[in-house]
Amino acid sequence: MTFFSEVGNYLIMIKGMFSKPENWRMYWREFMHQCSEIGIGSLGIVVIISVFMGAVSTVQTAYQLTSPLIPRYTIAQVVRDTVILEFAPTLVSIVLSGVVGSKIAGELGNMRVSEQIDALEIMGINTKAYLVMPKIIAALVVIPMLIVIAAVLGIWGGQIAGAMAGIISKDEFQKGLFMGFIPYNAFFAMAKAYTFAFLISSIPAYYGYNVKGGALEIGRASTRAVVVTCVSVLFADYILAAILLK
Amino acid sequence: MIEVKNIKKGFNDRSVLNGVNVNMHPGQCNLIIGSSGSGKTVFMKCLVGLFQPDSGDILYDGNNFTKMNVDQKKEIRKQIGMLFQGSALFSSMTVEENIIFPLDMFTNYSRKQKIDRVNEVLDRVNLKGANKKFPAEISGGMMKRVGIARAIVLNPKYLFVDEPNSGLDPQTSGLIDQLIKEITVEYNITTIVNTHDMNSVMEIGDHIIYMYQGSKEWEGNNKEIIFSKNQRLNEFIFASEFLRDAKDMRMLEETGKIANDRNMEQLTNDSAPTLVPPPEAE
Repeated sequence: MTFFSEVGNYLIMIKGMFSKPENWRMYWREFMHQCSEIGIGSLGIVVIISVFMGAVSTVQTAYQLTSPLIPRYTIAQVVRDTVILEFAPTLVSIVLSGVVGSKIAGELGNMRVSEQIDALEIMGINTKAYLVMPKIIAALVVIPMLIVIAAVLGIWGGQIAGAMAGIISKDEFQKGLFMGFIPYNAFFAMAKAYTFAFLISSIPAYYGYNVKGGALEIGRASTRAVVVTCVSVLFADYILAAILLK
Repeated sequence: MIEVKNIKKGFNDRSVLNGVNVNMHPGQCNLIIGSSGSGKTVFMKCLVGLFQPDSGDILYDGNNFTKMNVDQKKEIRKQIGMLFQGSALFSSMTVEENIIFPLDMFTNYSRKQKIDRVNEVLDRVNLKGANKKFPAEISGGMMKRVGIARAIVLNPKYLFVDEPNSGLDPQTSGLIDQLIKEITVEYNITTIVNTHDMNSVMEIGDHIIYMYQGSKEWEGNNKEIIFSKNQRLNEFIFASEFLRDAKDMRMLEETGKIANDRNMEQLTNDSAPTLVPPPEAE
């Protein structure tokens, strides 16, 4: 029952976001602020993860492809497809669930507990629209960008690691990279990116917005938000794969 | 005017408000008093629409607030300012940004007009020059004053104040009370204050509503409250050290040791009842 009740309340919150903004300029300002917070704020960790993710992917693929019959450029193909299909969208989204999710839940939770959300309501502002909507739209704009950056950096990291370890030359890697590329994979990755972006922003917003209590409850809400978001991302990952990769 | 008609509110199986009826006096300080758990915070939250009453009506100038849709409520809320118990200032914004926020959201003033208005209200709450400070850099009393400044920046018709003196020393509490009273008169605002501070009651209580276990138990003003015969109210107000003397005075009056010519008319001319020496002492 709790599960259905939470899903119901979550959907009610989403529905409540849709109302005419009191002042478009203020909403735009908040949207830009959130783009900066979510995008710029997460860029560092995304860059680091992506480069190492690609590097490790290259090394491990090379380790498994021991047959001399398999050309070396296959490593680049495997790294490319793995990074685009799974690592960049899913792994980065799991990390962003922690980085962005805890931030959103903590921020809204603190605003709820310190009555800042009530203060905005009293002013006549739709707080769901003003506080939650810009976060979700900002996430929908910047998280796919981060995932594209992650994919590019992941492949680049794989190439660098391959060259540095003497596994595969830069030219061979480039050859494999452009061989047998399926554009649909990029579409699939972006479909995942947008879905995960929505989950990463809306689920923590729900938990933060509905915090009751004090500092302890804010912490609990942040933890719960991150856990639920991670599980939701993985579940959505499977559903999208089942639907779109038939 | 705010009219409250038989509002009831409960949470789960617990009833918190059991049919409260009251009219808030326009242009006056209306105080809701009562011990912790008496339902005064829930009552105030119902008045401003943060809680939807289970039944009953709340009328703002004859318009039924409880029956309004979201957009209609928004319009009413533009006439409302509220100071929260913890001030509820936006911690990431400076004092100036906190106060300018409602102006940014709801007016088309130029930047200069907004700054002028911010300076005007900051000056009014005696915080001139505090524009660039962050909430974390100012004291609790100053935060309350910033909260008041933000609440009045749009010239509201109604000012709601939740526990204005909580966490403040008596001297600062007195200043905040004074400020609330002055603003109420100066801007002709209908002010509703939620408090259990008897100093505030005696200082600014033009109209007092005493709540007990979710019901209105007594209604009157700060001149009448001392002489109320309501036992529950007496237990509440005379629990305060401040009013011990007043209690003694009432006992003297009841035993005929206070000058007989003192009456309610005289009391209304005084800020607080005064003890007239008994005849044998003269």
